[in-house]
Order: sequence, then structure tokens, then C-alpha cells
Amino acid sequence: MKEEKEKKEISRREFLGKAGTGVAGSYFILSSLKQAEAVAKENPLQPPETYFGNIQVQLTVNGVKHKVRVHTNTTLVELLRDRLSLTGTKVVCNHGECGGCTVVIDKKAVYSCQMLALDADGKDVTTIEGLLKGEELHKVQQAFIDKDGLQCGFCTPGQIMSAYALLLNNPDPSEEEIKTAMAGNICRCSAYPKIKESVAEAARLLKA
Amino acid sequence: MSGDFNIVGRSVVRQDAYAKVTGQAKFADDYKFPGMLFGVMVRTDVSHALIHSIDYSGLLDYPEVTVCDINDIRGSRKVGVVTADQPVFCYEKIVTPGDVICMLVGADESQLKLLTAKVKTELEELPLITDPEKALDPDATFIHPDKKSNLIVHYPLRKGDVEKGFHESKHVIEQKYTTPLIEHAYLEPEAVTAVPIEGRGGVRIIGSIQNPHTTRRIVAEVLNFPLTKVRVVQAELGGAFGGKDDLMNIISARAAIAAIKTRRPVKVRYTREESVVESYKRHPYIMKYKVGFNDDGIIKAMKIDILADGGAYASMSPFVTWRTVVQATGPYEIENVHTDVRAVYTNNPYTGAMRGFGSPQPIFAQESLMDEIAEIIGVSPYEIRKINGVKPGSITASGHKLRDHDVNLLSVLERAERETNFTERHKECSRSANTKFQTSQKFRGSGFILKKDEMLDNRDIIKKGIGLAVSLRGCSLGAEGIDAAAAYLSVQKDGSAYLISGLAENGQGLRTTFSIIAAEVLGISPEHIYYLEQDTGIIADSGPTVASRSTIMGGSAVKNAAEIIKKRFEEMLLTYWNIKSKDQLLFKNNRVYEQSRSISFSELCSLAYSKGLNMSAIGWFKGPSVHWDEEKGQGAAYFTYVYGCQVAEVSANLLTGEIFVDRIVAVHDPGKIINLMGAKGQVFGGVTQGAGYALWEGITTYNGNIRENNFDQILIPTSKDIGEIESIFLEGEDIYGAWGAKSLGEPTLELTAAAIANAVKNATGLRYFNLPLNPEEILLSRKLSPNDLSRGSTN
Ligand code: FES
Ligand code: FES
Repeated sequence: MKEEKEKKEISRREFLGKAGTGVAGSYFILSSLKQAEAVAKENPLQPPETYFGNIQVQLTVNGVKHKVRVHTNTTLVELLRDRLSLTGTKVVCNHGECGGCTVVIDKKAVYSCQMLALDADGKDVTTIEGLLKGEELHKVQQAFIDKDGLQCGFCTPGQIMSAYALLLNNPDPSEEEIKTAMAGNICRCSAYPKIKESVAEAARLLKA
Repeated sequence: MSGDFNIVGRSVVRQDAYAKVTGQAKFADDYKFPGMLFGVMVRTDVSHALIHSIDYSGLLDYPEVTVCDINDIRGSRKVGVVTADQPVFCYEKIVTPGDVICMLVGADESQLKLLTAKVKTELEELPLITDPEKALDPDATFIHPDKKSNLIVHYPLRKGDVEKGFHESKHVIEQKYTTPLIEHAYLEPEAVTAVPIEGRGGVRIIGSIQNPHTTRRIVAEVLNFPLTKVRVVQAELGGAFGGKDDLMNIISARAAIAAIKTRRPVKVRYTREESVVESYKRHPYIMKYKVGFNDDGIIKAMKIDILADGGAYASMSPFVTWRTVVQATGPYEIENVHTDVRAVYTNNPYTGAMRGFGSPQPIFAQESLMDEIAEIIGVSPYEIRKINGVKPGSITASGHKLRDHDVNLLSVLERAERETNFTERHKECSRSANTKFQTSQKFRGSGFILKKDEMLDNRDIIKKGIGLAVSLRGCSLGAEGIDAAAAYLSVQKDGSAYLISGLAENGQGLRTTFSIIAAEVLGISPEHIYYLEQDTGIIADSGPTVASRSTIMGGSAVKNAAEIIKKRFEEMLLTYWNIKSKDQLLFKNNRVYEQSRSISFSELCSLAYSKGLNMSAIGWFKGPSVHWDEEKGQGAAYFTYVYGCQVAEVSANLLTGEIFVDRIVAVHDPGKIINLMGAKGQVFGGVTQGAGYALWEGITTYNGNIRENNFDQILIPTSKDIGEIESIFLEGEDIYGAWGAKSLGEPTLELTAAAIANAVKNATGLRYFNLPLNPEEILLSRKLSPNDLSRGSTN
């Protein structure tokens, strides 16, 4: 507790100095310090450019190219939710424990709360919003509806992205492989049996 | 209509499924408003102290930051669902680490988090009470001095004469059981935005709120506004399990204060760590049972003494512990009962409503006890429950005669026994239990190092066991609460319809269930029903969505509304078709039939519209009155009950102490099932959470501080942690509820831990008295909690 207090008390200038060096350091230290700049007092409704950071990254999200400024410690999920308004991706633990923030990068399921926006530079990111093509549901989404693989739905975007990543790499997973691939996604409503069924169903639908 | 349903009882896809699988469903933190500010809480690092002063001078350099504290409150400074003991902002005392002294408001949330350290407080620490057993000591400091006692509530229940009963018993045994503090762990952390209503001087609140009407009442009290000026809208709720009530009311009040003060929308959203530190949890119980019985297995007397740790605030403790006193003896007919249930204040995190609502704890105790009785007199666990279990016409501990519904306890029990071949397998497993466990004992604590292949898949080390548990559960709030619910149904001229009920969706699928009920009455497809956003501005207060009351109460109100409209249609058709009786009218498949003719529902509606027929109705259901004698704890506590039996099959690893649940068979009588798909989901959810309660979960505290504050340490079950779950429904008839539909969500959870504990005993030959049954409990019979704060990952 004590130590954390001290961390918090580092002055703004000190912090900006550190951030300016571009050393990402440990996310856990920086997380309590991020975005320490004050909003411009004259017009608080319009935050200044630098409010969002001064490092430019370029990435593709759901097929759309974005050029945005971020802080050294902005996480990918913050970039997606707060800057790009893609709120389908959820923050549950912000700790790499639950899979609620799962997105897909290079065919891999990634916890977006544990990836710095900087590290997503040049990457091609798919989020839950990217699965829908116009009005048409992706087969994985359809399977989750058909097999009722959800209750409250808060874990669902993460579950679907994990399933999507699994099926990209392994179109014909065994029950055990499904279990393992989905083990990183917590569902407190515990729709697990139906989630497993949904993933198996999605594999079937995709093959058909 | 009985037995012949169009939609009821089938599997219907959830109404909200599309929005949820596409990421379009809007949860509280997904809302953004122009000019929105954020609110960040300031807490102290003590658990019990007097507040002498709060110094904001460190914030002088930050004019863009607004502080909200006690001085901004025009109405009630303290609030509560039952007792107003929880300050919105603390001003006299800190009584638990989650307590908030003020909130910083500004546009930059990260900056505000840093600035919390600039608020300085002068505190005088007070002696801590963290052991509930010491809370009532004569020299204990009062947590709330104005209450002049640390007792939140005491419920006695007296039936017959226990001393006489013990005297007449050949065997008398006494046991003590404990259960831990449990975090709801809804995946969506708390979030709410308060938006000032321009020009009308009110405030609109949108958030992850379980009971919008309760939130409205609390916010209005704090702002000193009439109820109508606070409009609460429920965002899509990312799980609640009973947990988004009291705390959400208070957070909403804080956001509202800030919105009024700054005239800007203000959002408050918690991190997981904040959610864990400030939210209420499930009560830890200390339960002492004394029971007298004879060789024939008949229980003569039961004396029960239960102490619930209410933590720093009363919250729902009075309701939760009331259910405990009614159900503490379990579903057994016992002649002499003497029960005392007390809830006390301590400096621990406060406790309130959580799925189960005062029943999982006593069920763990009483079902463990039943197995012990069975063992002493040499009958099977199945047999002992058959001997003592309630039957139609039985009298409960509170003197309530069970009738007007199918008393299906023995039916669910028999079905579960048959399905699992219980008695035989139980006998088989118990035969080898002791010897095997003793063999493994020689390895324990002797520095023996396991080789890789000895850890897993070693037949000698893995021991199987099977156990069961049964329950009866009173539906809805019972004699302690006001029980009524409203629904509003408005049919449009094209045949589609708006529906809303005063009970709110908590993620369990209530909207779908209610749409099915309305659709069934009108003979239309549920897709034609559009469930409105939960909004206190459009529907009457129907009490909280807790205590398994939504289906039975809300469902009845929805059915009532649909029937009112159906009757009007029928009367119109009598004249229109010039017929005498409405008996021949059949509402089915989106049409209305009368012998050979028919009309589509949409045509009917457009006709009704042109004739000026009122196609909107408010349905109402008031629970039948129930009665309770506070002194003796006697009365018809609930107007009806549901029954359940679960069988757990486990594998115990005798070397590591690890328990794996291979299979759970859950047999429930929830009354009529409305949506089969939703019902199965409830069983999976309840059983898995129950297994978590049995084996892994448990929040520990040190000087009131929570050690486990994120999911790295709060172990909630993942998909790999539990085996197969099988659900079986026996739909008993009942005069209450829509076609007899009662409740399911909570019964599914309350039994699992008890069934698992009995299965573990069957496997290991040893009985454990303290949940969770984690490896340290199994191997060492104690909990290994380090005594310092450093165990927490982010401390
Ligand atoms: S929110 Fe990213 S893993 Fe939990
Ligand atoms: S559906 Fe609620 S957490 Fe998974």
C-alpha cells in the first residue's frame, strides 16, 4: 500500500519526462500513472491533441486502417474502446486472467488488455465487430445463438473471438482441443457446456 | 389450457442473443455522452477509524477537478435497502476498507486516479472487530455507535420442546460448520453514468443496475428530489447474481450528485480491484447444529445456532438471514426445533444478497449432518432422507402445512437415486474409502517427493465418491417483504407488441421468459414481442429481482396483462362474428380461430385499432399474504416452495488433495418450465457456481482488508474445472405462478456444495466441516492463509 502511494505521488512533470523517453518499462508501474496531462482548461469539452498521447501508431482494425496517437502505456483495449469506439471488446479484469478482452491478431487470440497499443503498430486486428459482414452473422456467431452459448453476454465477445481463432487454426477440433482453447475465457454465468457445443457447432457450420 | 402449450416449455432463442454475439449489446461502460466527466473514489487505508478532518489543499493547483463529498448531499446522508446505515460519503467514521470519503470529478480519469493521493485525512484508528463471534462481546466497540449494538438482526424459531426431544433420543450429535465470504464475480464491473436532464431539473441514470426502482429511491433520497425527477434506466447487465443492488445505488447517488453539481454527465466505472474491495459479498456463516434421533432414523429434535457476518453494513442481511431461519432444518419434518439466527456488524466487507440468498450455507451444514445420521444408524443417505423428508401435508419447522402444490421432495430424490444408481455406488465407494486414504496418509507431510507419473492417473491415488443433497426452497421474499409486481403490455395495430415488467433482466433471460408468457396467451410468436428497456419512468415499482421471485411474480403479472387484452379481443370478436360464446375462440399460430373461420392476429389488431379498442394493459400480481410471528418464528413463511435434489460424483486425489467433479445430476421441480433452453442454462450456471463454492472460492480478509482482489486469486471455475452436468426437470403443479411456473436460478446453486461435500466424504472417508474443500482443507484440515497483505498481487 505504502509503496503504491509513493508511486502515485510522482509529479506530473516527472512522469511526462519518463513517458517521453519512450521506455515502456513495466506496464504495472506505468498503469497508475498514465495520461497524467490535464485537460486544457479553456475548453474542457475538447481535449487537446496531446491528451491522447504523442506517439503515432498505425494499425488495421477489422479491415480499416487507423493512424492514432497513443501514450506509451495505452493498452490495445483502451485504444479500441476509448479511441475507436469499438466497445464490443470488454474489460473484465484488466489483468490477463479472464479472456473478456480477446481479439485476434495474426490468427492468434490475444488478450488486448495485456498488449500495449505501441506493440499493435502495423498489426491487423480483428474484433467482435469485424465478424459481422453487413447483416450477415459469422458462422461462429450463428452457432452461439443456435446453441445458446451465452447468458448475460459479457464474456461472449471474448468467447467468440477465442473460438474464431481456434477454428482459423484448427477447423476440426476435438472436444479436448475445444476445452483447451476455450479454457482462457471465464464465464461467470457458466454457460460452459453450451459454449463448448457452440464451438463444435461453429466448426460444423464452417465446414458445410 | 393446461398441458397444451404452443411455446411454453420449448426451447426459445434468447431475445438479446443477436445483440450479444455481435458486440452491439450496450453495457453500462459502453455509453458515452458529450462533455462527459469521470468520477474517481478516494478511500483510506484503514478499516476502522474516526474521521477528524479531510484536507483538500493538495488539489488547489487543479481547478479543473471538482470534489464531491458529504457537503454536497442535500438529502439523506446514509442510505440502505432495509436499514439506513451506509453513508454515501463517509464523514464520521470509516468502518471497512471499501469506504469512500469523497469523489474527484474531472475529464481525465487517469489524472484523477493520481490525484486521489493528494487528499489527506486525519484519522483516529479504533479497535477492529473482524471476528463475528466477538462482535456481541460486552466490551466490543460499536461499529455504528447510534445503533448501540453490533447486532443487525436476530431471528428465533421455536417449535415443540427440544429438550424433551433430545431426552427421547438415543443418539445426540453436535457439529460446527463454517462457510467463507464469496465474491459474486459478475464479469462486468460496476459502471454508471448520471446525466442531468436539461431544463427540468432532474437526473437520468444509466448503469449496470440490478433493481432500477431501488436505485431510484435511494438516489432521490440522497438528492432530496421527488421520485419522478430521478429516472433510472438499466443498461445491458453483465451478470449480477444478486450483487448489483446496494453498491450500485450508492455509486449512482454519487454520480448523480456530481452531475447536478457540475451540470455535466458523470460516469463512474470501477476496475476489478475496486469492485472487489467495495462490493458486498455472500455472508460467511458459523453454524452449530445439535440433533437428536433414534435407531429408526426419525429426527426427534434439532437445535441450531447460526451466526452470519454481516460486515460493516446491514444491506440485505435481514432478508437473507430470515430465509436461513425458515429453511435451517432443511426439507425435513421435525417435531422439536429451536433455531437462532443472528447477523452482526463487523469491520469486514459487508454482505448482502447473492444467488442462494441465505440457503447454501445451512444446506451445507444440514445435508452433511443427515449423512452422518445415516451412517450412525446404518442406513443409506437416500433412506434417511426418505424417512424424514417432507411429504404432502407435512408441517415445516415454522409450522407451515405444505399443500396447494405438488410436494415433490421425495419424487426428485427418487428420480436422482434411480438416475445415478446412488445407493449401490455409495456403498461400493465407502467400502474402500478409509483404507485407501490411510495408505496415502503416510506420504503426507513426510517430505516425500512425488514423481511425475504419481501425481496423475494413478489408480491407487484417485478415489471415487458419490453424494447427494436435497432442499425445499420458499419462493419470493416471503413474510418479510412486500410482494407485488407489475407488467405493461401494449399491442400495436400491426400485431407486434411492447412488453415490460417491473422486475429487471439480470442476464438470466427474464425478457425472453416474459415474452414467451405473453406470446403464449395471445397465441403469437415471441419474436413479435419487443421488450422495452428497463426504465423507472414507464413501469411501476415491483420490488427487487432477488430471492427467486422474478418468474413467479413477474411472470404472473405478465400473464395477467396478456389475459386482460385477450379478453377484450374476445369480446370484440363476439360482436364482430356474431357468436354467443368465446369458448370456441382459439388464439394460436398468430391467428384466432372460431370453428371454420379465422383471422390473422395482425388483422385482428388493425380491426381493434379502427374500433378504438384499448390494446394496452397493466398486469398486476400480488403475492398471497403470508404471516410471520417474530417471537416464535412461526407462520406460513412463503406462499409456495420448490424442491430439488443433486447428486455429485467426484474423484479425490488423495496425495494432492485435489477434488474433481466428474458429474452432477441435478433434478429439480421448478414448477412449469417456460423456456427449456433458459432453464438448462440456469442449471449449468447454478451448479458450476455451486461447485466453485464447494471447492475453490473464498475471499479471505486480514484486518478487514481483502487479500484476493482480482481473478488471479479469486478462483472461479473455468470450462476445464468441472465435468458433465445433467439436468432433469420434474414439473410439479401449483396454483401460483404463470401456469405454475416458479423458480429455478437459486435452487440450482444451493445444493451443489453440500452434494460435493458428501461425495468427498464418501471418497476419502473423512468429513470436512469448512468450505471450500480445497487441497489444504483435504490434506491438512485447515486453511493456509498467510497473515499479511503481501499475498495480494497488486498490493
Ligand atoms: S480483461 Fe483482459 S484478460 Fe481479463
Ligand atoms: S454469459 Fe455471463 S459471463 Fe459468460
